[in-house]
Amino acid sequence: MVREAVGGNVLLRSIVALLDCEVICGHEVLDIEVPFCFAADLMSDVLAFSAPDSLLITGLTSVQSVHTAHVADCRGILFVSGKQPSPEALKLARDNSIPLLATAHSMADSCGILLHHGLSPASKA
Amino acid sequence: MTQPIPTSRPAGEAKTDEVLYRESFRIVGNDFEHGGEVATRVKAILKQLGFPTDAIRRLSIANFEAEMNVIMYAAEGSLELAVLPTAVRVTVSDRGQGIPDIEWAMQEGHSTATPEMRARGFGAGLGLPNIRRNSDEFNIESTVGVGTVLRYVVYANGKAGS
Repeated sequence: MVREAVGGNVLLRSIVALLDCEVICGHEVLDIEVPFCFAADLMSDVLAFSAPDSLLITGLTSVQSVHTAHVADCRGILFVSGKQPSPEALKLARDNSIPLLATAHSMADSCGILLHHGLSPASKA
Repeated sequence: MTQPIPTSRPAGEAKTDEVLYRESFRIVGNDFEHGGEVATRVKAILKQLGFPTDAIRRLSIANFEAEMNVIMYAAEGSLELAVLPTAVRVTVSDRGQGIPDIEWAMQEGHSTATPEMRARGFGAGLGLPNIRRNSDEFNIESTVGVGTVLRYVVYANGKAGS
């Protein structure tokens, strides 16, 4: 069950279970609620079109992905296709308490699974 | 150049045009490794000053795009931050190639980015439109071969439709 949180939001912990994620950092905040997801490899797309409190789903592993999540008020980042963040990205995420997850699923599969289980796209914000 | 951040001020004491906090940040061209640090630092300052969350987000997005533009297209630049009681004023100046056609560059999807820039998640042609979309006042001046100056203001109480 992904819709564990009150109000239709999804717990980060549920996303970890659904996508069989590795929790790279942020174990202590897995019980936060995520209302939306937004998927892109272009960070300008995230800055232009995402909604606050979204889960950022991306294949971009550079430090700019974490800066983007930080300035756009994302609640966490999900790296897809087995990708891992750079050391600089991991340090920045830890410094700013941004949880990082990684899954072997592709971006399209990840979005499909999350939407199927009730997470809304940021366009519905 | 860094001044101590005032953490409290009696209500009604500040004039609307009084600068509560001012700082200048240097941005180095092609320094992708540190791209985003200025926007992140400014966001922390505004959170400490108690600026509204929505205004901080809009300003941070504008700052990040402007910072990355300097890194991608200029030799060097600076971001000048001035925090007023009801708004934040930013000037981003660079020494670089300049923009030959500002009207063209302000349209979404128009970009001269290289594949390397796009590989880093930028260069989609959304930068300048994104800065304008997230600011309440926006002005751009550019001289080819000299550089570009962006001036934008974000109001604390948000813009309609944001």
